[in-house]
Amino acid sequence: MTDLFSKFDPLIETRRALLATGVTDPFNLVMERVISPTVAMCSGRETILLGTYNYMGMTFDPDVIEAGKQALDDFGAGTTGSRVLNGTYAGHRAVEEALKEFYAMDHAMVFSTGYQANLGIISTIASKGDYIVLDIDSHASIWDGCKMGDAEVVPFKHNDIEAMEKRLKRIPEGAGKLVVLEGVYSMLGDIAPLKEMIRVAKENGAMVLVDEAHSMGFIGPNGRGVAEDQGCLDDVDFVIGTFSKSVGTVGGFCVSNHPKFEIMRLVCRPYVFTASLPPSVVATACTSIRKLMHAGNKRAHLWENSRVLHKGLKDKGFQLGTDEPQSAIISVIMPDLERGAMMWEALLHEGLYVNLARPPATPAGMTLLRCSLCAEHSAEQVQTIIGMFERAGHTAGII
Amino acid sequence: MDRAATAEKIAALIEPFNKKGVAISDATTFAGDLEFDSLTVMDFVAAIEDDFDIIITMNQQAEIENYGQLVDAVVKLQG
Ligand SMILES: Cc1ncc(COP(=O)(O)O)c(C=O)c1O
Repeated sequence: MTDLFSKFDPLIETRRALLATGVTDPFNLVMERVISPTVAMCSGRETILLGTYNYMGMTFDPDVIEAGKQALDDFGAGTTGSRVLNGTYAGHRAVEEALKEFYAMDHAMVFSTGYQANLGIISTIASKGDYIVLDIDSHASIWDGCKMGDAEVVPFKHNDIEAMEKRLKRIPEGAGKLVVLEGVYSMLGDIAPLKEMIRVAKENGAMVLVDEAHSMGFIGPNGRGVAEDQGCLDDVDFVIGTFSKSVGTVGGFCVSNHPKFEIMRLVCRPYVFTASLPPSVVATACTSIRKLMHAGNKRAHLWENSRVLHKGLKDKGFQLGTDEPQSAIISVIMPDLERGAMMWEALLHEGLYVNLARPPATPAGMTLLRCSLCAEHSAEQVQTIIGMFERAGHTAGII
Repeated sequence: MDRAATAEKIAALIEPFNKKGVAISDATTFAGDLEFDSLTVMDFVAAIEDDFDIIITMNQQAEIENYGQLVDAVVKLQG
């Protein structure tokens, strides 16, 4: 018998070697108690959370929690059914209405996760003979959506407008084209030049899908994302988003103005063949989205946090993913996985949690410590964080 | 362009990516012999695409494991 697990041997060995250095397993952390959007207990230690994507701190918003409790009482713990059978409750419709208002778009479709939203929409709209042109640094869910469908897949160099244009122009006449972009790329926290890219895509007859998972709620005048910020949201055919970041719960969605969009509910398999979100989840999401429409002050504070942390870490001598802060993600580049894990652990001992990211999730084989800020981080917390980075950086020999 | 001329052009294009100076034959594999990682593959494919003004989709790349297969594919894609 061939052991089907032997293909994982190299990874098992990398992991064994890393843990043999005595470092805490970076992929096995348990939050024992969560005190607020920015603080939790980890291994009995009070820890500042700086790697949760909880950008707007909605997880503990009193109105959001209240809505969830009410829905649990009124509608029960789960729907036990697909959206197209018994799994559409009033709450699912209500959250889709909230999304339509939030984005000022005609249609909204809620999936059980953002991963499934990308998987479902991409694999369904681009089929045999069509071409998907996408950025090489796209999220795993976008790649998996490409893989699940039958379209031809053509990647181009990250944020490279010319490379994208050349590829679009080489696609055979008459073929359907879908360009897939992200507003914020979550590994380095950089944004895309969407205005230019979307203009080029449209000139070449492509439809455009933009994943705004990491921008919803705080980028753009109404928090609709990078495309809104750059004034090109009207030219985006499909926006993909998630409830698992700024919205503060779980779920995914696609919003669109396409006149035939509603047919997706019948043909999109990751929408049809899975159970819908629990009533409490859609109720919390709906309340949160409506509050995010009026969160100007929180947005301003989040940007301030991002600028202060970026400058603080840069001044201390850390190498960052972007020269200027472009989003609420500040990515600190580590020399290699081993020292990245050491630094991660040193930060944890200081009482700070960040995301350790490594290949294949990262571009160019980099090891990154990804920091995502929250609108609920106080100015003092941000200063504390900079001090923790400085001490841990010396301990781990990074600075 | 015939196979010989295509092969000659690709041989020139692969040079900057062949850091270890591996002797290349039709049987040379990209992942195994040349140790190309995904980033190198992307840059190398882009160089070929731009030079020949073609697209080698991910679907087609999945079928290409060695140098000979690449030359054959490029010959075919030029039509
Ligand atoms: C760009 C991007 N798209 C989609 C997703 C998937 O979101 P979800 O957590 O809702 O599955 C994520 C986050 O993991 C993401 O970063």
